[in-house]
Amino acid sequence: MAQTGSTPRSFQEIILRLQSYWASKGCAVMQPYDMEVGAGTFHPATTLRSLGTKAWAAAYVQPSRRPTDGRYGENPNRLQHYYQYQVLIKPSPPDLQALYLGSLEAIGIDMALHDIRFVEDDWESPTLGAWGLGWEVWCDGMEVSQFTYFQQVGGHDCHPVSGELTYGLERLAMYVLGVSHVMDMPYNDPDAPIPLTYGDVFRQTEQEYSRHNFDAATTEMLLRHFEDAEAECARLLAQPAEDPKTGRRIIMAHPAYDQCIKASHLFNLLDARGVISVTERQAYIGRVRALAKACADAFVQTEAGGWAA
Amino acid sequence: MPDFLIELFSEEIPARMQTRAAEDLRKLVTNGLVEAGLTYAGAAAFSTPRRLTLAIEGLLANSPTLREERKGPRVDAPEQAIEGFLRGAGLTRDQLEEREVGKARVFFAVVEKPGRPAAEIVAEVLDSTIRNFPWPKSMRWGAGSLRWVRPLQSILCILTTEAGAEVVPLTLDGITAGNTTEGHRFMGKGRFSVTSFDDYAAKLKQNRVILDPAARADAIWAEATNQAFANGLEVVEDAGLLAEVAGLVEWPVVLMGAIDDAFLGLPPEVLQTSMKEHQKFFSVRNPGTGRIERFITVANIETRDHGATILAGNQKVLSARLSDARFFWDNDLRTVKTKGLEGMAAGLSSVTFHNKLGSQADRVARIEALAREIAPLVGAKPDLAAEAARVAKADLQSEMVGEFPELQGLMGRYYATAAGHDDGVPEACEMHYKPLGPSDAVPTHPVSVAVALADKIDTLTGFWAIDEKPTGSKDPYALRRAALGVIRLVLGNGVRMGQLSLIQTAMTVLSAQLQAAPDSENTTNLEIPLNLLSFFHDRLKVYLKDQGIRHDVIDACLAMPGNDDLTLLVKRAEALAAFLKTDDGENLLQGFKRAANILSQAEEKDGVEYSYGADIKFAETDAERALFVALDQAETAIAPAMKTEDFATAMSAMAALRAPIDAFFETVQVNTDNAVIRRNRLNLLSRIRTICLSVADLTRLDG
Repeated sequence: MAQTGSTPRSFQEIILRLQSYWASKGCAVMQPYDMEVGAGTFHPATTLRSLGTKAWAAAYVQPSRRPTDGRYGENPNRLQHYYQYQVLIKPSPPDLQALYLGSLEAIGIDMALHDIRFVEDDWESPTLGAWGLGWEVWCDGMEVSQFTYFQQVGGHDCHPVSGELTYGLERLAMYVLGVSHVMDMPYNDPDAPIPLTYGDVFRQTEQEYSRHNFDAATTEMLLRHFEDAEAECARLLAQPAEDPKTGRRIIMAHPAYDQCIKASHLFNLLDARGVISVTERQAYIGRVRALAKACADAFVQTEAGGWAA
Repeated sequence: MPDFLIELFSEEIPARMQTRAAEDLRKLVTNGLVEAGLTYAGAAAFSTPRRLTLAIEGLLANSPTLREERKGPRVDAPEQAIEGFLRGAGLTRDQLEEREVGKARVFFAVVEKPGRPAAEIVAEVLDSTIRNFPWPKSMRWGAGSLRWVRPLQSILCILTTEAGAEVVPLTLDGITAGNTTEGHRFMGKGRFSVTSFDDYAAKLKQNRVILDPAARADAIWAEATNQAFANGLEVVEDAGLLAEVAGLVEWPVVLMGAIDDAFLGLPPEVLQTSMKEHQKFFSVRNPGTGRIERFITVANIETRDHGATILAGNQKVLSARLSDARFFWDNDLRTVKTKGLEGMAAGLSSVTFHNKLGSQADRVARIEALAREIAPLVGAKPDLAAEAARVAKADLQSEMVGEFPELQGLMGRYYATAAGHDDGVPEACEMHYKPLGPSDAVPTHPVSVAVALADKIDTLTGFWAIDEKPTGSKDPYALRRAALGVIRLVLGNGVRMGQLSLIQTAMTVLSAQLQAAPDSENTTNLEIPLNLLSFFHDRLKVYLKDQGIRHDVIDACLAMPGNDDLTLLVKRAEALAAFLKTDDGENLLQGFKRAANILSQAEEKDGVEYSYGADIKFAETDAERALFVALDQAETAIAPAMKTEDFATAMSAMAALRAPIDAFFETVQVNTDNAVIRRNRLNLLSRIRTICLSVADLTRLDG
C-alpha cells in the first residue's frame, strides 16, 4: 500500500485505511448494522453469515455499546459507546495472519520497530452460543485485536470455518496516534479548517448515556421490552416457511435475529441498572442464547444459509 | 542408519501447551515406530511458538522380516479341519510344511512378513499421530477437516543418510510434507530447505529462531539477571512465568523498564500480579528496600532502535494497568476507612456460595459461630476469632480482588490493617485459606488457626450435609484438600479437640441457619458426622502413609476410644510405629498374637470367655510365676502412663513383657490335662491380651 510507513493523523484516517486495505483484499465493505449491539460480532454479516456453507468476505465498522463501561467520558480508555472494526472471511484463508499483519502496516505500524505477538485467547460468547480459538494480538504489550477461528455459532458447528478479526478502533488509534486520553484524539485531520477531537464528538454523549444507563433508564419498561422481543422472535420463527401472500418460501431469519439483538442489548442495559442478580444473570444469558440458536437454526434453512431447494 | 527429522509448522501454539505437546509428539511417534519394528538410538523433541520438532537418531532403515509359524492339524485330520486351517493362514496346501510331532505328522504354516522401508512406516505413524494428537483443545480451519491446535501450515519430514536427505512422502488434508521451513516471522529470510537436524538447527538460528525452549529460558534468565544486577537490583524468580515467556518468543530480547514513581506505593504483590497476569513482565526488586522498582519484558524481535519503541509502548500499557490497580486500591482503602471491613463485606449477602448452602454472608456467619467454639481449643480469644471470621472474606468484595482473584486473603490483610484491626486479625484474613496444598505452610497464630479450622470444617460439614461428597476422581469443591488442611492444622499446632463434637456443632449451626438445607432428621443422628469422621480418617491414613506410618498401625490406633482426637490418634500411632521397629516390639507382637490365638481357640472350644481369675498360687513353673510378676509390674506402669497419654512409656513397659512371655511359651504347655491349671493359664494369657489391648488394638497389625 502506498500509505505503508506513513503515520495516520486522525481516528478517521485509520478507519479509512482499514476500509481501503480490506477492500483491496477482496472484502465487501459493509456498513454498520442499524441496531444497538454489544460488539461487531452481533452484526448479521458475522453471526449469521458465519453459518452454512457459502463463502463470504466482509469488513465493516460497527458502533458497539457496553452500558456498564460508561465512565461519563472521564476514563482515558473506557467508553460505553465505541467502535469495532470487524473482518469476517469464510472459509478462513491460509494466509489470514499475513493479511492481518498487512492491515497493521497499512495503518502505519512498522513491523521492524514493533513487537507483534499472537497470545492465546479463546473466544466464547455465551449469549450467541458461539466459541472459537485464536489469539489476542499484542503490539508492544498492548492488545490491538482479537483473532478468532469460529468453531461454533448459535450451537451449529462451523463448516467451513470463518476467520474473524476484531480491532478495538479507539484503543488501536490511540496507540498509533500516540494519544493517552481517548477524548484528546483527533477525530478528523488536526489541520482541517474545523479540527475535531474525539471528545468534541463524544464527550457529551458519554455523559448523557452514562447517566441514562446507570440511573435513568426505566427498568420496568426494559424488562417488558425484553419479554416482547423474546416473544416476537419466537413468533416470527414459528411462522410457516411459505409466505401466504406471495406463495414463496420466505423464512424470517433476519427479522427474528433483530429481536434477538434487541433482547441482548436490553439485557445489557438491565445489567448496567444493577437490577439483575447473579443467579438471574445466567438465566437471562440462557434466554438470549436460546433466541440466537433459534435464529441460527432458521438461517441455515435459508438460501444465504446454504439451503438448496 | 538414517536420522529422521519432523517439524510441524503452525500458527502460534499457546505457550502453556508447547512442552507437553513436544513430549507427546516424541512419545507417540517413537512408540509407533517401535511397534512397527523400527528401533532407534535416540530421540529429542523441541517446541517454539510456531513449531513442534522431533529429531530421531539412528533409526533402522527397514523393519526386520518377521517369521511366523503356526501349528495346524494332523496330516490325517478330516478334510474340513485342514481346509479351515488353510483359510485361516491364507495359504494353499502345497505351501504347508509337514513335521513330526511326537508320533504324528502335523501340518505347519510358515509365513514370512517382509520388512518395510522406514519412510513408509514413518509416514503412517506421523499421519496417525497428527490425526489423533492429544491437544487439550483443538480446532478446524478453512474448509478442511483436520484438527490441530491452530492452523497447521507445513510439514517438514526428512530421512537423512550418508547418501543424502530424502523427503518422506506424506500428504495430510492438502498439506504435503517437504524439506523446507521458515524462520522468525519478522527477522527470517523466507523459506529454506534443510538436509539434517544439525543443518536445520543452524539455519533456524541464522533465521533468528532458538529451537530449544530450555535454551531460550536460560538466555532470558541470564540476560534478565545481568541487567538487574548491573543496576543493583534483582529479578523476582518465577519459574512458571519464565517457561511461559520462553513459549511466547522464538528469539528472546530482554528489555528492562522503570515503573512510574506514582505506583511505587502499591503493595508489591499487586505490582507483581498486575505485571505478570496482564503483561507477562518479570518484577525487578530493590534488595535493600524490598520494593518492586522496575520490570523486565521479553520481546520477540531485535529492532534498529534497540527496543526503545517497544519499551515505551510496554511502559504506557503498564501505566494504564497500574492506574487501574491504583484506582482499585484507593477506592478499597476509602471503603474500609469509612465503612470498615464489615462495610466492605456487606455485599457478600448477595453472592451465592452454593444454592443449597446459602450466600457467602451466611457462610461467614457460620464460620464466625464455629471459630468462637474452636478458639479456646487453640488458645485464641473467642471474641478475636469471631471478629477475624467476620471480616476474613470481606476482601472478596474489594475491587482489587475482583480484578485479581489470586490476591484474595492478601488484600484482606492489607485492608484489615488499614481498617485498624489488630491482634492477629489481619494475619487471619490472609492465612485462613491455608494450608492450600500438602506443601503449603500451616498457619500458627491462634486466631488464624481458629478461623482456618472453622472455614474448612464448615465447608466439609456443609457439603456432607447436602450429600456432595467427593467420588473417585471427582472432587469439584476440593474437599479432600480441605480435610487434609484440617488434619495439618490440628497436627501442626498440636490441637486437642474431638472432631466429632465439632462436626456436630457445625451441623447445628448449619441447620439453625438454613432450615431447608440439610435433612433435619439427619442432623439429630450421627450418620453424617460419623461418615465425615471416617473421611477424615481416610485422609489421615493417606497423610500418615506419606510420613512412613503403615496403614495397619493406624488401624490399630483407630480402633481405640477417642479416635476423633486426631492429635491423640497420631501420637499413639507414632509411638506404636516406633515400638514395632524395635526388636522387643516385633517379638512382643508375636508373643501377643500367640497368646491371643491360643486364647480365642480355647474360648471357642469351651464356649466361655477367659477374662479374670488368674492366680499365682496355681502357677507351677518359674516361668509362669515370672510372667505373673511381670504383668503386675507392666500394669502398674502402663495404667498411669496411658492416663497421661505417655504412649512411649506405656509401650516400653509393654516391651518389658517380651522376655517373660517368650520364656513362658518356651517352657509351659497351656493346654494341660489338669483343668484347673489350664484355666489358670488361659486366664493368665487373658491378662496379656487385656494389657496389650489397652495400648492399641494389636490384633489389627499385620505379621
